[in-house]
Amino acid sequence: MTQLPLRAQLASALGRTAATLSRATGRGDGSVIGGRVSLVLEPDLLRQLAHDRKLALVSATNGKTTTTRLITSALQELGEVATNAFGANMPAGHVSALSSAKDAPYGVLEVDEKYLPEVIDATGAGVICLMNLSRDQMDRAGEIWLLAQKWRRALAGKNTHVIANADDPLVTWGASTAASVTWVSAGQPWKEDSWCCPQCGGPLDRKGMEYVPPGSAGTGANPGTTENDWACRECTFRRPTPSWVLDDDAVIDPRGRRWVLDLKLPGRANRANAAIALATAEVFGLPVDRALPRLREVTSVAGRYTTVERDGRHARLLLAKNPAGWLEAFDVLDPSLPVILSVNAQGPDGRDTSWLWDVDYRVLRGRPVFVAGERRLDLALRLDVAGVPFQLAGSFGQALAAQPPGKVDVIANYTAFQNIRSEFGRAV
Amino acid sequence: MQSDSALRIVWIYPDLLSTYGDQGNVLILEQRAQRRGIPVETFHVRSADPVPEGGDIYLIGGGEDRPQILAAERLRRDGGLHRAIARGASLLAVCAGYQIMGTTFGGEEGQPVDGIGLIDIASGRGEGRAVGELAGETDSALGLPTLTGFENHMGVTRLGPGVRPLARTTIGTGNGDGTEGCYTGRIVGTYLHGPALARNPGLADLLLTWAVGAQLPPIDDSWFERLREERLTAVLPR
Repeated sequence: MTQLPLRAQLASALGRTAATLSRATGRGDGSVIGGRVSLVLEPDLLRQLAHDRKLALVSATNGKTTTTRLITSALQELGEVATNAFGANMPAGHVSALSSAKDAPYGVLEVDEKYLPEVIDATGAGVICLMNLSRDQMDRAGEIWLLAQKWRRALAGKNTHVIANADDPLVTWGASTAASVTWVSAGQPWKEDSWCCPQCGGPLDRKGMEYVPPGSAGTGANPGTTENDWACRECTFRRPTPSWVLDDDAVIDPRGRRWVLDLKLPGRANRANAAIALATAEVFGLPVDRALPRLREVTSVAGRYTTVERDGRHARLLLAKNPAGWLEAFDVLDPSLPVILSVNAQGPDGRDTSWLWDVDYRVLRGRPVFVAGERRLDLALRLDVAGVPFQLAGSFGQALAAQPPGKVDVIANYTAFQNIRSEFGRAV
Repeated sequence: MQSDSALRIVWIYPDLLSTYGDQGNVLILEQRAQRRGIPVETFHVRSADPVPEGGDIYLIGGGEDRPQILAAERLRRDGGLHRAIARGASLLAVCAGYQIMGTTFGGEEGQPVDGIGLIDIASGRGEGRAVGELAGETDSALGLPTLTGFENHMGVTRLGPGVRPLARTTIGTGNGDGTEGCYTGRIVGTYLHGPALARNPGLADLLLTWAVGAQLPPIDDSWFERLREERLTAVLPR
């Protein structure tokens, strides 16, 4: 890794300087600008930086950053790990991550789902984790069926081992051209994007579960072993048998041993991320008894689940960027607390707020709800139609000030979340 | 279809065409009917099942290329929607669902795919993707205020003599020729994707009026109006 050609060494060093400058001037964590400066000088840099490392790529619609962090924590048990911890998940961020840890024998890279094929090609990564695919920022992310098709093409004919969530039909389809796959039953509470067979378009049947109309009951997060079974009614495509199973608060390993997770990170989604992380760690030769204590040490990931405080109001921050993410965030909420919702529609959020109508907000009835963010009127109408009483606030700060002293939960989408962090502290 | 007194809303193929918050149109029609004391029954028709003929308002949404082609095949084979429209039912067709209603639309590689021929439009694939806010002046015969919403599609649609444009665009692409959407009889098609009725409650009431056959009493529209005003202020030139 240290034997980069001179030109690549120079590119990499310049990239780090730009990143330092960006951090020093308060423009961000510097990981993206550093990578961009490097890539301009040496387009082949990612290939060279990835060479000779044991790499895992992590991709999904939701949970990429957290799962990357969990796997990184586990693999640190084995040695130094290069990682893009700040969610800079495109090739520039990967260059930045790998060049700032030149001697690390391991790498865990979060990869934007659209960039996965090119990053697989560039890095030749030996391990790829695929967790879930669902509707997300349609105005720029495009179509997930097409995305899964591209994953299939990228994985075909490669000597790559995939760890994939067998409970997500589209992920299963996207992963199933890989040479070898470890299937994990990690659950799939959000099912609105997988009522049809990705292989033939026929109806997918789910064991013990009839078609559930969107917005009605039945989307509860129960990742038991049999409820997640699915099969196409018309072709042979069906759920592969998982070797790892998330079973409520525990993970069952391929030997049948049940490990209670006992994570500090809250919620079902993080238990699913942990199941993927444990299966991945084992592929790297790290057994559960050494990996799990490392996962339990993770308390907050890039500001997610941290608490910010002002004038005695303690606000716990949850990030939710799309309908599946909101469903998982609702699972984490404390039902006894008020909740502040903040929604923007800047570029990174998607300029379109249509997705608000795919979220079932009725679960919030009965607790005080405050609405903030640049697109608060879109959210206000959505809640009005859902029959959820709420108060409109001019800003997150005003919503927080309107709380009695004590705890409050916050769900925000991407830039709304970042705005809160930059105003109330960036502690990671 | 159990009840004769309730308004029957039929959502066609949410398993195929519901990727953009299309559920919003169902919820808004339900709410606006119920707030006027009209009982509502809603039916979600999965693509493996027959489309019932006895509905009052039918809704079909947007989606990816492949589900769009599947939906067109199944609707044509099924015939239920055609029979419902022949009986006088209303229809709101959005984005991919709008294109399907015509004679032809563009497939995954831009190839022409047969639509279901319910209305006199023909669609194809445009040069680039139209993504962004859309605003337009609605056809004066409809008596509706400015149309507002978000579009996200690659389609171009040519309107035949049998339909009228829903609006003339002032912002955005719509059909691609300065018009947006179309209407004929009790059918409305639009490129305003997803919850098009969230910003156009007047259009929701038009569909309800067609179905109920009477003028509707006004209801409190303040959240709808605040959202409309904010969006139109944000996108229209001053």
